[in-house]
Amino acid sequence: MTGYRLPAGGRIDRHRTINFRFDGRDYQGFAGDTLASAMAGAGIVLVGRSFKYHRPRGLLGIGSEECNALVSINRGAARVTPNVRSTQVWLYPGLNAISQNRWPSLRWDVVALNDVFAPLFPAGFYNKTFMWPRSAWEKLYEPVIRRLAGLGESPVERDPDHYDATYAHCEVLVVGGGRAGIDAALAAAQSGGRVILIDEGDELGGGALADPAQWPVLMALKQELYSCSNVMVLTRTTAFGFYHQNFIGATQQLTDYLEPAVSQGAREKLWRIRAGEVVLAQGAIERPLVFNGNDVPGVMLASAARSLALRFGVAVGRQVVVMAAHDSGWHDALAMAAAGVTIAAIIDVRHVVSGDLAEAARAMGIAVHTGAAITRVAGRHAVKGVTFASDGTGPSRRIACDTVLMAGGWTPSVHLWSHAKGSLVWSDAWGAYLPGTALENTRAVGACAGEWDFGAGVVTAVLPNALPVRSQTAFVDFQNDVKARDIHLAVQEGFRSIEHIKRYTTNGMATDQGKTSNLNGLQIASEALGRPVSDIGLTTFRPPYTPQTFGALLGHHKGALFQPVRKSVIDDWANLQGAVFENVGNWRRARYFPQGGEDMHSAVLRECTAVRERVGVFDASTLGKIEVVGPDAAEFLNRMYTNPWKGLAPGRCRYGLLLREDGFIIDDGVSARLADDRFHLTTTTGGAARVLNMMEDYLQTEWPDLDVWLTSTTEQWAVIALQGPRARDVIAPLVEGIDLSPAAFPHMAVREGTIAGVPTRLFRVSFTGELGFEINVPADQGRKVWDAVLRSGGAHGISPYGTEAMHVLRAEKGFIIVGQDTDGTMTPYDMGLDWAVGKKKPDFVGKRSLARPDMSAPGRKQFIGLLTERPQDLLEEGAQVVLDPTAPVPVPMIGHVTSAYHSVALGRTIALAVIADGRARIGEMVFIPMPDTVIRATVTAPVFHDPEGSRLNA
Amino acid sequence: MILIHCPYCEQDRPEIEFTYGGQAHIARPHDPAALTDREWETYLYIRANPRGLHAERWRHIHGCARFFNAVRDTVTDRFTVTYKTGEARPDGGVA
Repeated sequence: MTGYRLPAGGRIDRHRTINFRFDGRDYQGFAGDTLASAMAGAGIVLVGRSFKYHRPRGLLGIGSEECNALVSINRGAARVTPNVRSTQVWLYPGLNAISQNRWPSLRWDVVALNDVFAPLFPAGFYNKTFMWPRSAWEKLYEPVIRRLAGLGESPVERDPDHYDATYAHCEVLVVGGGRAGIDAALAAAQSGGRVILIDEGDELGGGALADPAQWPVLMALKQELYSCSNVMVLTRTTAFGFYHQNFIGATQQLTDYLEPAVSQGAREKLWRIRAGEVVLAQGAIERPLVFNGNDVPGVMLASAARSLALRFGVAVGRQVVVMAAHDSGWHDALAMAAAGVTIAAIIDVRHVVSGDLAEAARAMGIAVHTGAAITRVAGRHAVKGVTFASDGTGPSRRIACDTVLMAGGWTPSVHLWSHAKGSLVWSDAWGAYLPGTALENTRAVGACAGEWDFGAGVVTAVLPNALPVRSQTAFVDFQNDVKARDIHLAVQEGFRSIEHIKRYTTNGMATDQGKTSNLNGLQIASEALGRPVSDIGLTTFRPPYTPQTFGALLGHHKGALFQPVRKSVIDDWANLQGAVFENVGNWRRARYFPQGGEDMHSAVLRECTAVRERVGVFDASTLGKIEVVGPDAAEFLNRMYTNPWKGLAPGRCRYGLLLREDGFIIDDGVSARLADDRFHLTTTTGGAARVLNMMEDYLQTEWPDLDVWLTSTTEQWAVIALQGPRARDVIAPLVEGIDLSPAAFPHMAVREGTIAGVPTRLFRVSFTGELGFEINVPADQGRKVWDAVLRSGGAHGISPYGTEAMHVLRAEKGFIIVGQDTDGTMTPYDMGLDWAVGKKKPDFVGKRSLARPDMSAPGRKQFIGLLTERPQDLLEEGAQVVLDPTAPVPVPMIGHVTSAYHSVALGRTIALAVIADGRARIGEMVFIPMPDTVIRATVTAPVFHDPEGSRLNA
Repeated sequence: MILIHCPYCEQDRPEIEFTYGGQAHIARPHDPAALTDREWETYLYIRANPRGLHAERWRHIHGCARFFNAVRDTVTDRFTVTYKTGEARPDGGVA
């Protein structure tokens, strides 16, 4: 118990105490506290365990740079938020925080044994050690490592909160509400445009909140700001990313700072802001110093301790030692001493420090040791004292203390500047990169632009110590447990680029993205490489600035709103029938219609039987449809499809095969010529948009001279497929104006008339091998016609069937499904579709590619059928086909199964496959090895049922 | 979110209204059959990959649905100019 509440001071409201809980114990803080300040005020020093070694850790910083004091906030089982920086959690009554990364308790953590064996776990340890056997990685190493090296745990329940999202536009957006940001916002407000000011904190003021002398000015400026009608101030809002053309993403906390019982509405709001100009006023972050023992709980940033004292009225400890390389540490120490914090000593690596500072310190009774460095920190769960020496190598001296403050200089926050691809310029004075030239219309002001006087200092790598670096426990990245010696090791192992050193050591790769570690890591690498730091470069900052919740990024796009579900006009009917659905290209389609507890297998067999023996009805409305109109329509299709179209008579249909320019099949479908200048195209359900886009591309950019219009009509037509020997009998009483006789209306013909009083384009086509019709009617009349067909079909034993039966029926006929039986590398010849290629056409999309030697070379996979030796063995789609299952591993594979079903027509299973030189292997035995057996099958032609086509021509 | 100027709509619209269409100014040969395999391969597959200005096709698919051409800097993602299909590259660059 070292920290305590000072008797007076700070911006907290001492009349309003707030109870909160940490690891099951009750504590008290005040209104205006953060969780971090309340914990410090309650004397809690040990706040977490580190990621890799499970070392005990205490508070390091005061804002978004915090990398140690990460906690889980529990607002109910489904509302646990892990890995929250306690410095950015505003206290509310009943706040329940839990420490992370420890078991069974924060103080007694079993995995801290990692730390005992830390010398065995240097950088790259995991990469080197857990290399083999390969199988052990997934089963053993990774799960164990993940369990040991975790952060907080995410809830497994669904997030009950909802999240808001909005767009905003402004002339000037200011990021950062410190003095520089407020000044910039006020100046921008003068010009009358819309101004938005964003700040992470609950209160504007930034660093000035830790400086009571500035409070009166701050108050006046804030009043002025809030009185400007054209200024919008967003507090508790993090600008997490700066994207192209001054587009900023920001999340605003709406309820997380409120008691769960009283919080209402959305939890967070995502702001997408487009600004004319962006002013970055993000301030600067103090750098830790790298020395032996710098991660013992109680070692923290001087500026954070100052903020605790002057903003929150909390003394970080009873005996405080400052380790400085920079004047700002002295200023902080003096301010804290004036507020009543006992500063035992200031140690500074510099031999010469401004006389005023030293004098002021001595006048306040603070011991001053210049030209010295801390060489060791005593204590494990809390600081007990420090050892220091002149130049780190002289005779050792000890001071008892419970807190060590680090003042290593300041790093301007150039994160968003870098997101916006602004250049960076090295500054020797800052020992850091400053904003250079902007690409966007943006500028940096205040400390993040290097325009702030924190005083003078020196830039250090590791503080001097008589011990070699490899013997020191000197941390650079606290969250990822990267020590100075890890960076030395990386250099020793040959890494030269800072990007490689970063990835090998993981320095700066934790959730804080190296806010406190990047520059120190760079300095140490520079020293180890013997090259100036500006030659080594800086790793890239990427969004988000701080971790964001998935909820905020998703906004309303979840659950039913995650992705639109497309439903046909028959969907309601299918739903009422208890259909089981599947998704196909965003469409919800009925897969089968189980009756009386049937499983899919029995339902599909029954549906198939109905089609083969009587008649089945199928909702084919999801088929892609394109209306192609214009004097050059036939010429256009002739160029697009492999088939010839010019000779197709109006009233006739043709199966069209579409290739990409590389010669591979991309889509197929039956299309009808309604008139000389009008075609009704169909595409696969999933390919509709792709095909239209491809056609538009050729039409607009290659053949703009063709007079053709393409219109998507997918959703304008409901399509009812009626298939089976009695199909004609079912529609005969409903159809007017069309002669249905086989002679007048043959297979692959189209007629226009009415059905059930509704205008129709009636196709006589078949995807089942049976006599069949596809009834196209305007979508809003679809359900009416569907009902009429069902009524009429009642006498004929009509049955609805779903996509699964449709697949079985088409597979029995060897009709391909593009994307299932083809995989983007199949030509028409491979699929046995030579007949669909117009040999006499001079050109069509893909024709030239078909002439490449490889496209007709032996060994290409060809589409064939497979019949298993045992009739009830069902092959697995995707299973590999081999010629010799006893061949040594890796067994040469000749192809794979693309479709496999139980066939009613054949009373056995059937399969379709693509195998090398398949057509020449018809009659041969092939083998399909499975995990527990090898299935034998005979290669056959891909048409299993009615190969002569007598049924569909009936 | 990049704003892209559609030369047909004459408006700056957010990039989600557009789709990318690959390198611009690659015309489909008038008589593919007359090309050698190597020439056909070049037409089909060989593309520029510049670090810097790149002329490319875009389509205002959720707007006017027209294809157009644009010059974009692949380093900064800045569009320097957009122009209608069929027009020559205005900045005179190649690839």
